Amino acid sequence: MRDYIIRRLLTLIPILIGVSIAIFIVMQLIPGDVVSGILGIEETPELRAMWEAKLGLDKPLIQQYFSWIGKALTGDFGESFRTGAPVFPEIMNRFKISAELAILACVIAWIIALPLGILSSLKRNSIIDRIVRVVALLGVSVPNFASATLLILFFSKAFNYYTPVKYVGLFENFGTNMEIMLLPAFILGSVMAGSVMRMTRSSMLEVLRQDYIKAVRAKGAPERVTIFRHAFKNSSIPIVTLIGMQIGGLMGGTVVIEQIFSIPGLGQFTLTGITQRDFPVVQGCVLFIAFLYVVINLLVDILYSYIDPRISYS
Amino acid sequence: MEKTNRPVKNRSLPGNESLLRQLWNDPMGRTGMIGVSIVILLAVFAPWIAQYDVAKMNARAKLTGPSAQFWFGTDHFGRDVFSRIVYGARVSLEVGIVAVGIAAGFGYLLGMIAGFFEGRVESIIMMVMDVIFAFPSILLALFIVSALGPSIINTMIAIGIVNIPVFTRTVRASVKTVKSTDYIANARSIGLKKMSILFKHVTPNVLAPFTVQATLALSGAILTEASMSFLGLGIQPPNPSWGSMLSDARKYMERAPWLVLFPALFIIMTILSFNILGDALRDVLDPKLKL
Repeated sequence: MRDYIIRRLLTLIPILIGVSIAIFIVMQLIPGDVVSGILGIEETPELRAMWEAKLGLDKPLIQQYFSWIGKALTGDFGESFRTGAPVFPEIMNRFKISAELAILACVIAWIIALPLGILSSLKRNSIIDRIVRVVALLGVSVPNFASATLLILFFSKAFNYYTPVKYVGLFENFGTNMEIMLLPAFILGSVMAGSVMRMTRSSMLEVLRQDYIKAVRAKGAPERVTIFRHAFKNSSIPIVTLIGMQIGGLMGGTVVIEQIFSIPGLGQFTLTGITQRDFPVVQGCVLFIAFLYVVINLLVDILYSYIDPRISYS
Repeated sequence: MEKTNRPVKNRSLPGNESLLRQLWNDPMGRTGMIGVSIVILLAVFAPWIAQYDVAKMNARAKLTGPSAQFWFGTDHFGRDVFSRIVYGARVSLEVGIVAVGIAAGFGYLLGMIAGFFEGRVESIIMMVMDVIFAFPSILLALFIVSALGPSIINTMIAIGIVNIPVFTRTVRASVKTVKSTDYIANARSIGLKKMSILFKHVTPNVLAPFTVQATLALSGAILTEASMSFLGLGIQPPNPSWGSMLSDARKYMERAPWLVLFPALFIIMTILSFNILGDALRDVLDPKLKL
């Protein structure tokens, strides 16, 4: 197992190098140059030369790449063009907020999706199954920004209720924090729940028709044991894969919801960087999010062996 | 060759007529087809269906509610919401089709090459795909558009690039399965050229999963475009986009809820229709997956 983890960690290296090169190339495609963007109408040849030297833009591209990635490896993502503040500590602050939102969304999604997915598979083709399938389809088809806007409209019209606009940290005031986070987490969770419900249902149906389930039932095992210990556990690999991809997707994928609810998370930070053409922020955020995404996928791979010991990593 | 090809024919894309009929006979397929047809008709006949110029402002008719004159009301510039939604269907479909076309074209080629030739070529292609996959799709699309500049063409390119790996993986997996069948071994043994085997014998057998993937990717592409436009980085004014209409509407939704309701309804209906059609297509083309 340890060898497998080491081997998988090693395979991350080329992917992360590829990711960093991709980010660097995309940043080079930006029309106009960074210095003009910073200086605007105040640009003079002297000021331009000074900024080019300061940002290392006077060096060859390869040298620029190695300088950037070398600093990034030590946690130095540069300073924001707009605020002058170091990017990495800000990313970490924002990450905590996005992580809280993502965890809440996952918990909500699992609470909704797993029982309903299992129930739907057990009551196949019943009215419950049909309702669950329609709800799941709606979950995957309703864009989060549409459901968010409609829910905000509904709460304001029906209850004259508005979610607080100013973000309050989890440890500053738990109640207010939950008031801010629960609605966006519910919206994100409902989108995730749609796919998880569909995957749970189809995966459970696949397992439930296997011979060993018939054998378990024939030997008189209680239905609860048959379903949870034998069927659900064995059907959970595709579900875990999907959930892993969704958690990865939530890092940065929360950008729309964070924007709508004014949550100062990683997604909003990235979007602000993009709209303000604050390149160190964009570069740093995208690299950090891609890194998280890859690591989460690795953790999911490792989790497989705990779920299904038949998977060998030797 | 005829004889060896016969058993795999079932896995290939059925003739158009039988496929459409099979879809129509399935209630979900029928629902999806009707929904998608409505969106296509709106997009194709937009100039005849829309009652007003989408960019024409009317100061006297700002934020007017739905009426016989303005079926879906007017926005804060006095523009007709119905006409903008009709043209929005055209924009959504255009972006979706071109983006999926880019993704499907590159994905098909790369998947074919990776699956058929294997070895180092496959490793390099799949490594590049893994790199693209390492970004959440909306974030990567936003990142690319931020570099290229927001415009309809760049939105199509960005969404296209984001979707290439899904097609590459789908095609590669199918090619690998087909490659191990007897009839491909036979084709090789009689000395057919690699390219001939690839395009004449392998292609028909990867079309089924490819078509299902394309339908599902279309709804994903429309969703990504709407999300990007909602954030102001997709389709730029005065072009109408459902996402940007919804975003603009948020400022006025207390006074003019129709500005939110109609674009939201059309986005949901369109994506739902494509998803239902994609599911039905998968059931028809790959009955093994029907549970």
